[in-house]
Amino acid sequence: MKERIVGQVKRVNGPVIILKDVNDAMMMEMVRIGEQQLVGEVVKLYDGQATVQVYEDATGICPGDNVYGSGMSLSVELGPGLIGTIYDGIQRPLEKLMGASGAFISRGLNFPAVDHEKLWAFVPTVEVGAIVHCGMKFGTVVETDRVLHVLMIPPSIAEATVAQIASEGAYTVDDIIVTVVLPNGKEEKLTMLQRWPIRIPRPVAERLALKQPLITGLRVIDTLFPLAKGGTVAIPGGFGTGKTMTQHSIAQWCDADIIVYIGCGERGNEMTDVLREFPLLVDPRTGQSLMERTILIANTSNMPVSAREASIYTGITMAEYYRDQGFHVAIMADSTSRWAEALRELSGRMEEMPAEEGFPAYLPTRIAQFYERAGFMKCLSGIEGSVSIIGAVSPPGGDFSEPVTQHTKRFVRCFWGLDRSLASSRHYPAISWLDSYSEYLGDVRSWWNEHSDGAWQLHRLEIMELLQKEVRLQQIVKLVGPDALPDSQNFILEVCALFKTAFLQQNAFDLVDRFCSVEKQVKMLSVILDYYQKGSEAIAKGVPMVKIRRLKVVQEMARMRLTIGNDDMEAIDKLQLRLERSIDQLGGIYEN
Amino acid sequence: MRTNKESLLVQTDRHLLSGREYRGASRIDGPLVYMRNTHAVGYGELVEVTSPDGTRRAGQVLDTSDDAVVVQVFEGTDGLTLPGTGMRFMGEPLTLPVSEQMLGRVMNGLGKSRDGSAIPHGEAERDVNGEPINPTAREYPRDFIQTGISVIDGMTTLIQGQKLPIFSGNGLDHNQLAAQIARQAKVRGNSGDFCIVFAAMGIKYDVARFFTDSFEETGVLDNVALFLSLADDPSIERTITPKTALTLAEHLAFDKGKQVLVIMTDMTNYCESLREIGTMRGEIPSRKGYPGYLYSNLAEIYERSGKISGRSGSITQLPILSMPNDDISHPVPDLTGYITEGQIVFDRSMQARGIYPPINCLPSLSRLMKDGIGEGMTRADHPHLSNQLFASYSHVKDVQNLASVIGEEELTTLDHQYLDFGSFFEKKFVNQGFDEDRSIEQTLDLGWEALSKLPSEELQRLTDEEIAEHYGK
Repeated sequence: MKERIVGQVKRVNGPVIILKDVNDAMMMEMVRIGEQQLVGEVVKLYDGQATVQVYEDATGICPGDNVYGSGMSLSVELGPGLIGTIYDGIQRPLEKLMGASGAFISRGLNFPAVDHEKLWAFVPTVEVGAIVHCGMKFGTVVETDRVLHVLMIPPSIAEATVAQIASEGAYTVDDIIVTVVLPNGKEEKLTMLQRWPIRIPRPVAERLALKQPLITGLRVIDTLFPLAKGGTVAIPGGFGTGKTMTQHSIAQWCDADIIVYIGCGERGNEMTDVLREFPLLVDPRTGQSLMERTILIANTSNMPVSAREASIYTGITMAEYYRDQGFHVAIMADSTSRWAEALRELSGRMEEMPAEEGFPAYLPTRIAQFYERAGFMKCLSGIEGSVSIIGAVSPPGGDFSEPVTQHTKRFVRCFWGLDRSLASSRHYPAISWLDSYSEYLGDVRSWWNEHSDGAWQLHRLEIMELLQKEVRLQQIVKLVGPDALPDSQNFILEVCALFKTAFLQQNAFDLVDRFCSVEKQVKMLSVILDYYQKGSEAIAKGVPMVKIRRLKVVQEMARMRLTIGNDDMEAIDKLQLRLERSIDQLGGIYEN
Repeated sequence: MRTNKESLLVQTDRHLLSGREYRGASRIDGPLVYMRNTHAVGYGELVEVTSPDGTRRAGQVLDTSDDAVVVQVFEGTDGLTLPGTGMRFMGEPLTLPVSEQMLGRVMNGLGKSRDGSAIPHGEAERDVNGEPINPTAREYPRDFIQTGISVIDGMTTLIQGQKLPIFSGNGLDHNQLAAQIARQAKVRGNSGDFCIVFAAMGIKYDVARFFTDSFEETGVLDNVALFLSLADDPSIERTITPKTALTLAEHLAFDKGKQVLVIMTDMTNYCESLREIGTMRGEIPSRKGYPGYLYSNLAEIYERSGKISGRSGSITQLPILSMPNDDISHPVPDLTGYITEGQIVFDRSMQARGIYPPINCLPSLSRLMKDGIGEGMTRADHPHLSNQLFASYSHVKDVQNLASVIGEEELTTLDHQYLDFGSFFEKKFVNQGFDEDRSIEQTLDLGWEALSKLPSEELQRLTDEEIAEHYGK
């Protein structure tokens, strides 16, 4: 890549470089700088000059260094071999980098994203003479035990006739698999590999309405604030409130087919934790290792800031590629605030006029563009797939009024606010039931009602009402003490306290509790509401609340999330029966 | 446009030109010196600055372009004149000669001797800016470090390879605590080759003295490398001090296989120096005037800790920072908390009540604790026990609030039990002597003693077996 010199370095200011003598550089073109061949991207062109942002540490770059053009925008390689790999922000495989430079990452290294030597077992699905359209499947490759990789005609070919196709067998990603003839008579040779520029969304046929929930296995999310497949959600929270833990849990247990986990400007050890843990964890639905459906992007906080900016786009482009194959993909971006800060840092270095708190004025546009790439789509080939985005936000000082949180709220339809006081008392996941909301309630209502005998909507409403009542009662208690309340109201406090420990809290390290099935969630909620119903009736008959609270079966309820297995519905039914019987007995004593 | 051949010539020229001295600065502003008409100078290059009286100082290129170079001078610009300032661009980034013999020595922020004695020749030259550790090469830290301090061992366990800052305030006992940790820290069942790298940024002479005395008393001074950039040293030197210290730490840990504890105090001073330079260069500030790249910059320091698989050493960081006005949402503690693996938060009211260490465990957190405690590491009941202590102690705070409104007499019996628990927890569990070294078993037993003040049905985070085994014993 030393053929085309696009200009020379004029000025270096950290990750931003000004070029002079520029005439044929393209906007957003990927370039390589100096003899070290550092990766950069053209972000501005003016008067024979260009501004380039560098994706690696700029130390040692001199004015006068040559800059070489690549002729294409910053893009990613898409093909079999992505799953299970860990990349940096510009899709360089970190394991390969380690092989080349050891434990520390040196600069100027360049590796293809997928293994070009590895042989894949290809199975053709079209025949010679067939007419193919963009996005259409022409073959499959078993990528991992659970991912059947679909090879598609790239979006650039609208219609063509298959002139030649490889027979079933083992090929590398560079081998020519299909030759197609375009209507104008031109031939195109296709391999298993496609390239796509990261900043441009991959085309789809149509956006569809959202209707299925993304089941995460976290009760507070699934039951109270559900996210739809193809939806977007923000998780804001100060440090230590459990953003990363929540993201990890969702990445581990949600029912998406593919997970793209973007560690954007976060801790190195956290990524190591994911790397170490995911291969060991087993998906409760398929019984296979979680790494078999996961792509990781690790651009830790000490890696170059421009690559951090790009990492989000790298991730979503890979997600869209799998969506086009008909998969449901979930993206975890941890954290979008670091990405916004990277934008701010680069904008500051380019001496642009800042808007709020130093962030560039185009921040809301960029956030909107990113979240709009989510959706439940009818793909070009006609099959359906979805990309859901779960973005963590790290507001400075835990203050939700800062620009990134505020602008993100404008473009997401679901909000899981993390609460510091809950985190301090180790109530995890610390998702506040008062600040959070989900606009997908209407979209997923029919799905949920189908899976809960129509109970979900009513039960959800009932418990939310109780939680609201509790807030008011707590205010009174704070003023006059709990003894001032009648037992009937004290019982609401009691039920809410139980609901929090028995239902909302979830222990990510407990083998049973870390994932909760839909059926179990429905049953658990119904037991707790039954407790409220029966208990209130008993109290009306004159049973003191303390007696109800001391029932052994109530203690058992508090632990049912830990003690009852995910498909042991009978155990919960039995618990409910015993609960009803115990309270009836108590009622019987006091009635007489 | 130049051809490849021409550009190769330029490269060669540059090599030959590096080391050549230029005289006459065009502008001096605070720690920054601007120079025109030099050869093409690389970004981040090391610069040797000569003052009119012939003394030499170190600097680094902050901005380079066709017509001017901006150099920040680490030892300050006092005494420099426009015509009399000389500069030599060394053609390579700032490096530190590192060697094991640096242990036991007192150096300035650039790694030069502070007491005039010669520093031994380095075994290797290292770029002080370091390179990021590849996340795939890291080994997840999980070895429990016993500090002998109950509230840390029990509630916010320190793990080898962790970065755990102390969020303190002016006048609080953070120095005592850091010294106590440095003295008592050990990995059980593995004595290891332990050493300390100490970096002081803008702290007072007395504080530096306190640390050296404390290291001397316990006889570990020979195992400590001190990098001191005190309050009366040029503030710009502080911006390089932690990087120099960590460069040595990396050498000791990853080349020599030592277990290195890096104590850095005070990170707030470091950030203020960065702000100073940023303002002087006319950069667009973000919160409270701090530069927009403060997060990335702090990350470059804090992320230089951890373990690498296949190598025996580790770097554990214990940065100390004072929260201006005890405000945890101030940019420095806030950004630090987002990078580090937890935090230990000091509480002024606890210190006022005579509790040492005055650690408020509720906002404190150790993110790596989950994998370093429990069966085979500390004790099987540790995870649930600490969880329960957190939950119960947090309830104590609610009860205390309630009591301050309705009066203690109005509280229920259960609430009184909680108050008893709270007071035992603070006075017996948290509070301990400056020289008191408690084993993890002692700590956990004390925790159980505290919980035994509560009725057993309140302990919902513990299993029945654990309660049967330890409760009320």
